[in-house]
Amino acid sequence: MIRKSLLKEFQIIVGAENVFSEDTDRLAYSYDAAVLEAVMPALVVRPTTGEALGQVVRLCNQNRIPLTVRGAGTNLSGGTIPIADGVVVVTNALNRIEEINEEDMYAVVQPGVVTAKLAAAVEAKGLFYPPDPGSQAVSTLGGNVAENAGGLRGLKYGVTRDYVMGLQFFDVDGEPIKTGSRTVKCATGYNLTGLMVGSEGTLGVFNKITLKLIPLPQDRKSMVAVFDEMAKASEAVAAVIASHVVPATLEIMDNFTIRAVEDHSHAGLPKEAAALLLIEVDGHPAQVQDDAAKVEAICRSKGAADIRVAQSAAERDKVWAARRTALSALAKLRPTLVLEDATVPRSQIPAMVRAIQSISARYGIAIGTFGHAGDGNLHPTILTDRRDKAQWQKVEAAIADIFDRALALGGTLSGEHGTGIAKSCFLEKETSPATILYSKRVKAALDPHNILNPGKIIGG
Amino acid sequence: MASMQELVRLMKSLEDQLVVCMRCGMCQAVCPVFSQTGREADVARGKLALLDGLLQEMFKDPRGVYERLNRCLLCGSCAANCPSGVSVTEIFLQARAILTGFMGLPPAKRAVLRGMLAHPELFDNLMAWGARFQSIFTREVNDVIGTSCARITTPLIGDRHFRGLAPKPFHRLQPGLDSAPQRGRPRVAFFVGCLLDKFFPDIARAALAVLQFHGVGVFMPSGQACCGIPALSAGDTQSFGRLVRHNLALFEARRWDYLVTACATCTATIRKLWPVMLREETAALRARAEKMAAKALDINQLLVDEIGLLARERRKGGDPVAVTYHDPCHLKKSLGVAAQPRAVLAANPDYRLVEMPEADTCCGMGGSFNLQYYDLSAAIGQRKRDNVQASGAAVVATGCPACMLQLSDALSRAGDRVAVRHPLELYAESLGTKT
Repeated sequence: MIRKSLLKEFQIIVGAENVFSEDTDRLAYSYDAAVLEAVMPALVVRPTTGEALGQVVRLCNQNRIPLTVRGAGTNLSGGTIPIADGVVVVTNALNRIEEINEEDMYAVVQPGVVTAKLAAAVEAKGLFYPPDPGSQAVSTLGGNVAENAGGLRGLKYGVTRDYVMGLQFFDVDGEPIKTGSRTVKCATGYNLTGLMVGSEGTLGVFNKITLKLIPLPQDRKSMVAVFDEMAKASEAVAAVIASHVVPATLEIMDNFTIRAVEDHSHAGLPKEAAALLLIEVDGHPAQVQDDAAKVEAICRSKGAADIRVAQSAAERDKVWAARRTALSALAKLRPTLVLEDATVPRSQIPAMVRAIQSISARYGIAIGTFGHAGDGNLHPTILTDRRDKAQWQKVEAAIADIFDRALALGGTLSGEHGTGIAKSCFLEKETSPATILYSKRVKAALDPHNILNPGKIIGG
Repeated sequence: MASMQELVRLMKSLEDQLVVCMRCGMCQAVCPVFSQTGREADVARGKLALLDGLLQEMFKDPRGVYERLNRCLLCGSCAANCPSGVSVTEIFLQARAILTGFMGLPPAKRAVLRGMLAHPELFDNLMAWGARFQSIFTREVNDVIGTSCARITTPLIGDRHFRGLAPKPFHRLQPGLDSAPQRGRPRVAFFVGCLLDKFFPDIARAALAVLQFHGVGVFMPSGQACCGIPALSAGDTQSFGRLVRHNLALFEARRWDYLVTACATCTATIRKLWPVMLREETAALRARAEKMAAKALDINQLLVDEIGLLARERRKGGDPVAVTYHDPCHLKKSLGVAAQPRAVLAANPDYRLVEMPEADTCCGMGGSFNLQYYDLSAAIGQRKRDNVQASGAAVVATGCPACMLQLSDALSRAGDRVAVRHPLELYAESLGTKT
């Protein structure tokens, strides 16, 4: 419980209308999109200015109250699930795009700006902000930076990390810290930007984010390659990468997902296909022609039964609309959906695909596989009913197996969803005891009372 | 109040529907209330979590959940955008019914719903008295829109600019009708709906004129009752059941091909909610309601998909008038009807359709939501008004009389001279059938 006098202080800082203390309001901030137990916070505050945000951080630290920053709450690893007795700081009122600089190609935003809104605003000026996480219609840029979010365009354009030029954030005392610059090059000081990206709210609280923008590609072309074996499709992925063609997107869908999508949206996908590759190349028109021809030839050489090239913008949109409905289509099949994002070096995609298939068979659980094959980031999607205890145990065992296989293949536990609570106990497997200790020392030095989103990434 | 255990037992009936929500949060992108407040308890995910919280016995008192559950326009934007296909509207209405049954209907709502609305004849009489006396308390403010405001400040009206009750409701102008179709044309049952009857009789007249022009037979029994949405929205399934029974008995008196309305909300209520919201009634009644619901059709949809429009020569000189179209949530999101009303508008060559930005975002009306949360409703309406303005149109058309009331209020308070019309009125004009 929060003391009355302290409650009053929060009310003075952010305004009484932006402090939620009733149990019904607090319960609505007890979860995020991860399949984990909800935890009810003691208080929720919603600052409307950067200044108030800093003061909230200071007040929490002074009173040793754990603080969890929340944007849109779309986190898939539990990073925004609060601490009991803690405060949730909602950033969605800090939603101003402060600057879009066309000459120097950068944007400065507050942390609560919705990703898709920035993308649309810069596109209107002929510029491009490529990171496009699946939740971009609602996710906030602050959350994207805190999680180092990815998206469909990772293989050619990279992830959120590659676009963060600088940050202004509050340390645990509420003091403003500046890192990075508006310049393309910047070689001063520690690379605190690098430390903060993906820190999941455990080291500081973002106030302003400077993001790199690039020119919008002139042309693009999409195609769908149909395969009668999953193995052939995954080999085609590895071959495209090995040939040094870099598509903007290279997505895979297994038969289970294809059927779910087709039943759901009737997009005209071949339901009998064992696997599909959805590929888009972009850039200068001449290069687009060239790359498309190469990708097509590689897919054929790897045994593609059919290749359909979108002939119009409408056809292209249809391809990607089908891909975007994959998660929805799978979600409708069972009450609980667990979306994993273990990632492997791209040459290991065929091996990872085989591993997921055998894990699915071994535990007798339904796993649909789709995802960003081109960057090694598959999304094995487990369909289950969490209320079925026996099956849920199998699901947990299967997830642990998926992690083990990904690590054995030289991969990582998470390509884009973050460590959060869901993967913190597995982190040592990927790294080493010394790495965890080193991380804990960094955390202890910067947050001595352990109030900044405690328990995330490196555990309690 | 009964015990919380009893409430949990009742809420169990929703568990299988509640569990479908995976908390992805995509509803935040489209919820008109959330876009204003940014509060999680205002968006579907938050409300579903609260209902789940009731089930898990997280609350000592259900009142907080009940209040937040009512802060919802029931526009269905979330459901239409939901990756998991959660039946949000149905869950919310069932939950409202359970909670209202548990806590009791507030006295004011009881008086209006059970005392008036559930008795169609009494309701008609009371509204007729209202129409007679409204001019004493109000004055005209915008002649293009036809709105009035209060002469003196009253808590009920506030600073609303409202369309007044029609001097004569439609059922006085045209008590009933039973006409035969021409060869090859269907016979439709025409469900008038409260707002058309009492506020917009001209639209009902245009509808009948257009149907007659196309040789469609019309069965319109007298003594029609409300479709039931205000009762459902208040959680009063008892009054809802009464209204459905009353309407079923009237409309079952004859055979017809479609049940047609010119009100998006009536169509959506009959088609989507009648079949699922009669859990307390007998199986026989549910079967009757389902049968009728399956034949419910929006009038624009009937004209475009079943009859075929007739495009006439221009009747007016000069440039065509710019008209923009607002998608009522209950047409586009509930029923998938968006192209047909636009086709109806395009059939009148004296008008030129221009799209406004965000044509399919909610106008913020939401029936009783407008009464309970007027500031929020008005703020959402203001955004719609700005989008109408941005289109530069002189007329905004929409297929729902409730949206028309909200658009009239928002445009009139901004001092805009933009007329608010139903697509059918413009179509009737082009056919020269308008009476």
